[in-house]
Amino acid sequence: MDKDELVEYFRTQVRQDPEVPSAVAAIRTLLEFLKRDQTGETILGLRENLTQTIRRLEEADSSVAVSSGGELFLRFISLTSLEHPDLSQCKKVMVERGELFLKKISLSRSKVAKLCHTFIKDGAKILTHSSSRVVLKVLESAAADKKRFTVYVTESQPDSAGRQMADKLQNLNIPVTVVLDAAVGYIMEKVDLVIVGAEGVVESGGIINKIGTYQLAVCSKAHNKPFYVVAESFKFVRLYPLNQQDVPERFKYKADTLKAVEDLAEEHPMIDYTPPSLITLLFTDLGVLTPSAVSDELIKLYL
Amino acid sequence: MADCGEPDGPGNKDDITRSKNEGKELTKEEKQRLRKQKKHQKKQKERKNEKGPSETEKDKTPVSLLPPPQPVATQKAPSALPAPASAPIPVPASAPFHSSPAPSPADKPAKSKAELKAERRARQETDRAAKQPGSSSSGIKTKVPLSELNPVVKRLPEHVQVDDPAVVKRLAKKLERQQIPLRSDYGYKVSLFSHLHQYSRKAPLTQLLSIPSTVIHPSIVRLGLQYSQGIVAGSNARSVALLHAFKQVIRDYTTPPNEELSRDLVNKLKPYISFLNQCRPLSASMGNAIKYIKKEISNIPSQCKEEEAKTKLLTCIDRSSLVNNILCEAFEKSRKFRVIVVDSRPRLEGREALRRLVQRGISCTYVLISALSYILPEVSKVFLGAHALLANGYVMSRVGTSQIALVARTYNVPVLVCCETYKFCERVQTDSFVSNELDDPDDLMVTRKGKTQLENWQDVSSLGLLNLVYDVTPPDFVDLVITDLGMIPCTSVPVVLRVKNLDQ
Repeated sequence: MDKDELVEYFRTQVRQDPEVPSAVAAIRTLLEFLKRDQTGETILGLRENLTQTIRRLEEADSSVAVSSGGELFLRFISLTSLEHPDLSQCKKVMVERGELFLKKISLSRSKVAKLCHTFIKDGAKILTHSSSRVVLKVLESAAADKKRFTVYVTESQPDSAGRQMADKLQNLNIPVTVVLDAAVGYIMEKVDLVIVGAEGVVESGGIINKIGTYQLAVCSKAHNKPFYVVAESFKFVRLYPLNQQDVPERFKYKADTLKAVEDLAEEHPMIDYTPPSLITLLFTDLGVLTPSAVSDELIKLYL
Repeated sequence: MADCGEPDGPGNKDDITRSKNEGKELTKEEKQRLRKQKKHQKKQKERKNEKGPSETEKDKTPVSLLPPPQPVATQKAPSALPAPASAPIPVPASAPFHSSPAPSPADKPAKSKAELKAERRARQETDRAAKQPGSSSSGIKTKVPLSELNPVVKRLPEHVQVDDPAVVKRLAKKLERQQIPLRSDYGYKVSLFSHLHQYSRKAPLTQLLSIPSTVIHPSIVRLGLQYSQGIVAGSNARSVALLHAFKQVIRDYTTPPNEELSRDLVNKLKPYISFLNQCRPLSASMGNAIKYIKKEISNIPSQCKEEEAKTKLLTCIDRSSLVNNILCEAFEKSRKFRVIVVDSRPRLEGREALRRLVQRGISCTYVLISALSYILPEVSKVFLGAHALLANGYVMSRVGTSQIALVARTYNVPVLVCCETYKFCERVQTDSFVSNELDDPDDLMVTRKGKTQLENWQDVSSLGLLNLVYDVTPPDFVDLVITDLGMIPCTSVPVVLRVKNLDQ
């Protein structure tokens, strides 16, 4: 399965089911690659191929989740005892583990939604940022639980993703208002809580998310409003940025921009980093965590 | 009454006698308590004997027939008894009272003859059962949780209780047994830190040692002197020197006849460790190193021959300086950076670091800690070494570290602590007062142009010189801890400890 087929497969996955997280699509692609791969002679070779595939996919879609999801997938399938003398036997075991992993993480979004919607009280005013499918799921389950709340969504330029989110919420009959990115400070005194999604959760417990999240976090801290993050566990990534500069360039911009443009200093970054001191709680499928507990979970996953 | 003879309080006695009346067997704990009570009562009686020879003492024989004055005595100790109406109040304790002048019997709560008889029988059974220690207890062993009966008291380490004379006496006795001289404190101690030791460098411990001293190995004596004079300083250097000295000890060790190497060697190490502790209090990393060695020694199987055992131990020992190493390595990788070394009195350890960095060719600046806020605006990252990392995420390091972290936080400069995992310890500390080290106060005296300030500080009665060695930095000021296991946030120290314990 060569590079272009991979990318095609990945894109078809995303197109067919727009609800699927990009990391899940990437993992499905990896699994497909594993099943179809004939060239691997040794387990080490197999792992090499898989790492290369992850790199290819990152070139197609530069979000943090693809990178973290791929890494975790690799770790998960190699975590069993691969002592079988026959390579095809080992491959079968790895493919089984891969299917298991995929099944687990497909359910993670509903797990998160189940945990989080209890934190939304009746009559709450919620502020959210840009378009996040996890946050949508959370609000959906809260609405299904017959709770009454209103939502403010930031417009989130440059791609106006906030407007799409507002449309989806209106379809669910939830009262929603779109606000300017610059109006976050203005609206903060009216809201009760802030919920955002995350593209990646870093080792310190901070998050990487659409640009504008950091501002939102600082404002909510100044107004003493709780700032909640909802993220699935495959978004945990082994980065440790200390400030905005430390976030690697390959995540900051879209994949096409990285390939096309020479001087990135002219480009607007698409993501920013929110330090853990501004985050109240993280809702993941591993449970409700404080930012310092994220590192514990990461150590358990990776060490 | 001054000589209220109820030792454990009436409540406990109620329990025991109630259980006696119900015919149950005593548990071991209750028997122990009883024995203690009886001993205490005997002591009380003896005291009373000295005081009042006129008192005809009744022996604590349970079969004594109690004459009518007994109800008198019962009333004599009303303060100790909960309510006069509580029936089975053991009365042997009141036996000493009976001879004291009794108020008119008419005022007593009428204790019927039957009740008295019941009490007598209860007492007899109690004492009979207590006199058969092992036999009856083996029958029924009711699982009474020990914590209810003997509350576990957490002991404070003795080195933070120097102002408690009982603790000091205990330490002195322990050292006497191990034949190690006790180092005495020097100078006036600041009252907030009077619970810590303060030694003078001019009075080394070895002056009090007799030569030849058979208890302490010469390499340990040398090490102790090096510690107390400050020749070997710095957490890593001290641990490494300690391990080298232990290697020498193991090489020279021979198992005495009829002894096992694993047990005897550990016992031999104990006086060495006490000696080193007297010379300079042990650091957290040294504590971990010693724990590791003791564990290795005790894990040696008894069949192992002596030579084998020794080689095994030597091999397992064999593996701030850290920050310097990091900077030198980064320089070798041709990263362009500039170093600002912050130094503080009285130790001025930064000078040595500065020398090493400049020798490598790294461009450096040297400031004293008082100039910190002046230089911080041009700093991009702060690197700190650590002496130990505590289980609640606090960083214990050279005094001045927490100050740097605090100021760096206000300037939003990231603070990175570099620490190996062997320095992680299970202790918890939230401030720098509880457990610290007081260095020689004479170090604070400085001689300039022939004049020594503070030369006669001992003569001024209200003046105290405080030379602290360590301080504690809260985890909110530290952004990142770099360890041999990777980069972790400060709050994940207990997780690493847990993972390491699982490995071991």
